[in-house]
Amino acid sequence: MKFTLHIWRQENARAKGHFETYHVDNISDECSFLEMLDILNEQLVNDNIAHPVCFDNDCREGICGMCGLYINGRPHGNDDGVTTCQLHMRKFNDGDDIWIEPWRAKPFPVIRDLVVDRTAFDKIIQAGGYISTTTGGVPDANAILIPKHKADQAMDAAECIGCGACVAACKNASAMLFVSAKVSHLALLPQGQVEAADRVKKMVCRMDELGFGGCTNTYACEAECPKQIKRQNISRLNRQWLGAAFGRDRKK
Amino acid sequence: MKLDSKIPEGPLSEKWTNYKAAQKLVNPANKRKLNIIVVGTGLAGASAAASLGALGFNVDIFCIQDSPRRAHSIAAQGGINAAKNYQNDGDSVERLFRDTIKGGDYRAREANVYRLAEVSGSIIDQCVAQGVPFARDYGGLLDNRSFGGAQVSRTFYARGQTGQQLLIGAYSALSREIERGSVKLHERCEMMDLVVVEGRARGIIVRNLVTGDLERYAAHAVVMATGGYGNIYYLSTNAMNSNGSAAWICHRHGAAFANPCYVQIHPTCIPVHGDYQSKLTLMSESLRNDGRIWVPKKKEDAEAIRAKKLKPTDIPEEDRDYYLERRYPAFGNLVPRDVASRAAKERCDAGYGVGTGLAVFLDFSDAIKRLGIDVVKARYGNLFQMYQKITDSNPYETPMMIYPAIHYSMGGLWVDYELQTTIPGLFAAGEANFSDHGANRLGASALMQGLADGYFVLPYTMQNYLSDQIYVGKISDQTPEFAAAEEAVRQRLARLLDVKKNAAEKHSVDYFHKALGRVMWEYCGMARNIESLTKAEELVSDLENKFWQEVNIPGSDNEFNPDLEKGYRLEDYFELAHLIIADARHREESCGGHFRTEHQTDDGETLRDDENFMYVAAWEYQGHGKPEVMEKEPLNYEHIKIVKRNYK
Repeated sequence: MKFTLHIWRQENARAKGHFETYHVDNISDECSFLEMLDILNEQLVNDNIAHPVCFDNDCREGICGMCGLYINGRPHGNDDGVTTCQLHMRKFNDGDDIWIEPWRAKPFPVIRDLVVDRTAFDKIIQAGGYISTTTGGVPDANAILIPKHKADQAMDAAECIGCGACVAACKNASAMLFVSAKVSHLALLPQGQVEAADRVKKMVCRMDELGFGGCTNTYACEAECPKQIKRQNISRLNRQWLGAAFGRDRKK
Repeated sequence: MKLDSKIPEGPLSEKWTNYKAAQKLVNPANKRKLNIIVVGTGLAGASAAASLGALGFNVDIFCIQDSPRRAHSIAAQGGINAAKNYQNDGDSVERLFRDTIKGGDYRAREANVYRLAEVSGSIIDQCVAQGVPFARDYGGLLDNRSFGGAQVSRTFYARGQTGQQLLIGAYSALSREIERGSVKLHERCEMMDLVVVEGRARGIIVRNLVTGDLERYAAHAVVMATGGYGNIYYLSTNAMNSNGSAAWICHRHGAAFANPCYVQIHPTCIPVHGDYQSKLTLMSESLRNDGRIWVPKKKEDAEAIRAKKLKPTDIPEEDRDYYLERRYPAFGNLVPRDVASRAAKERCDAGYGVGTGLAVFLDFSDAIKRLGIDVVKARYGNLFQMYQKITDSNPYETPMMIYPAIHYSMGGLWVDYELQTTIPGLFAAGEANFSDHGANRLGASALMQGLADGYFVLPYTMQNYLSDQIYVGKISDQTPEFAAAEEAVRQRLARLLDVKKNAAEKHSVDYFHKALGRVMWEYCGMARNIESLTKAEELVSDLENKFWQEVNIPGSDNEFNPDLEKGYRLEDYFELAHLIIADARHREESCGGHFRTEHQTDDGETLRDDENFMYVAAWEYQGHGKPEVMEKEPLNYEHIKIVKRNYK
């Protein structure tokens, strides 16, 4: 297969970016999207054409959340429920033009080319995305029973890999799906309920401070999430937040 | 170099209790005055930093990824072992200990393994308290599954994403400490050198991967939690950025490196399909609970399947060779990884392989018949989906194809009972050390070890070292040692970037890494012998020379430059490759993941030589290109009776 690639090139955070066009040929349909970029980079280095295209990637099996490219206008490309590293070239047609961009959101500044800085997500978690335990001194793991459906729902929410596709997909660059997944995961478990009210307020507050946009319920995030995190988590977050801010859970 | 394993006195089951009772501690007011550096944010690093931070120490933690949550622990699928005996199936600390020692082919240190089994239950308690959503049954209790090398169900799991959920648990504990100010996080920073002052580890030089700036960090103790070196084989289940450099840098400074030839080859990975391929994807060992592994009994059937003239479903039951069930009736498809891998290779080498010839079937049709498709979907749904996305074939309808691939390194930095290396003040945890798995690691034990080291071992043993460090005062990074280390890093980077100036022919770093990987896999992989190792040695040397004449690393050292990162990691891999080969050469026996074809039984099983090789081989660096010197740590089994490892 052969492709024409239009790739966003930007030397660093301060530089002005632009699209650059490259051609690749003899690509197997078994090849993954990132392997196709490896082949391009090999060409760029061998022929001294340009600095290799920088893109984040690590586990290449769809779990670390490191990779994330905006491909032909969709985060992680034109396949459902996969990350960029799991996208294969057989999902494209021979001769296709492919437009490749970084995540675009104010809280995710570009570092170089397709690499962005997602430390804002870590900062939201630091605000309260945890259950406050220190090591040791906890009860036996089976001491608190958790209904299977609750544990399963918590697990559904916990599957979030923090890749940022939800933010990239959102016209407002809102991080609601990400934040609500964490809020839900913990609030659904008895261990997480103790701090639930405090947690949701702190995380939402931090999210706002970091410049993420508001949620206008268009659910592009849900459609593009590689782990298919559900929008119901956003409703749960809203309920939790209302309860925490105005309801009986609010601090006296 | 003198190896002192510092195993506490007393009967095995009381050693850890005795140690904790007698060890030195640091009082709360003094903890604030002590700095600790942790390199790596996987299970071991994150849990250690969170626990040490919570105790009151000042911790700096470093990772090369953009977030601590990306560390490769996240990719572990199947589960984590713990001797909880929730299933009432006869499990105990003693049994987990015995299984681990036997699984490691009697090449691990008894005292460390016993401690691991002892703290395993607390890990599960800790994780549940953090909100790790482990699988549960309808009564709300925790569920378990079985893994290779065990006859009990002691593996806790969270769908096929146990590693991710445990790492998020440790990451959230870490995040809490970061918010409290006890831990400072440095992401996209890579350790480039270790600074040793008057024989003690006192700091590190790191490269900021975004700007290329070199930075100095000083501390009273340094922890390496940087994972393993499986990526030296290029095609492996490790992440692309996993590397052995941080541990190797410590080795260059005098930390002994133990048992480098023990690498684990995982039997159930998606097979190789092309030379552009960048990595191999693991299919969890948990699949062997219900999946049955087979190849055709007749060679002509295998040929027809390879030529795509027959489908696997065309082969009738009586013409299928369930070779693991045939050879190992007692453990069947749940034999340890090294055994399952070699058995697959044996069938494929004999001409019964499917796919490209280097693959066997992992079949769920029986399980679907027995349990129904919904149960199979609930247990393995996301693994099946992952398989389908990669291979474009549906495992509910046609068997998966799998083949062994490099997965884990049992070898690593030599550590004593306290997890301290041969450099005082330098500790190693998780896969980066060598201590618990002997010559072969059992499935679901890596997560257990990483968290055991980080949550329950280092927070105790490091205090024993740190107790007298309160007299030292703050460590300065403005000393000649730090300046020299920084300058050495600068020169090293310049040298790598300079190669292209005089190169007649130029190749990328990946070109060399792939070539090195092929040599290691071919001649120092699943089966080794003296000829193949001699050949490997020769080829690695040639490749290394070529690397220094032809490697083309674009750009400069003061920018975001992934090719440069790959370059210096590969430079270290060349040295490590020599050591792996030397270790494999000297170990004239077969044990666990190390299979020397000269040493096997008539039916192709490993043949240990306990009389001559029942020791840990700890190697000491002598300078670039010089043969390393080996020191032996004898393994004294006081508690366990040594027998032939038998899964039949």
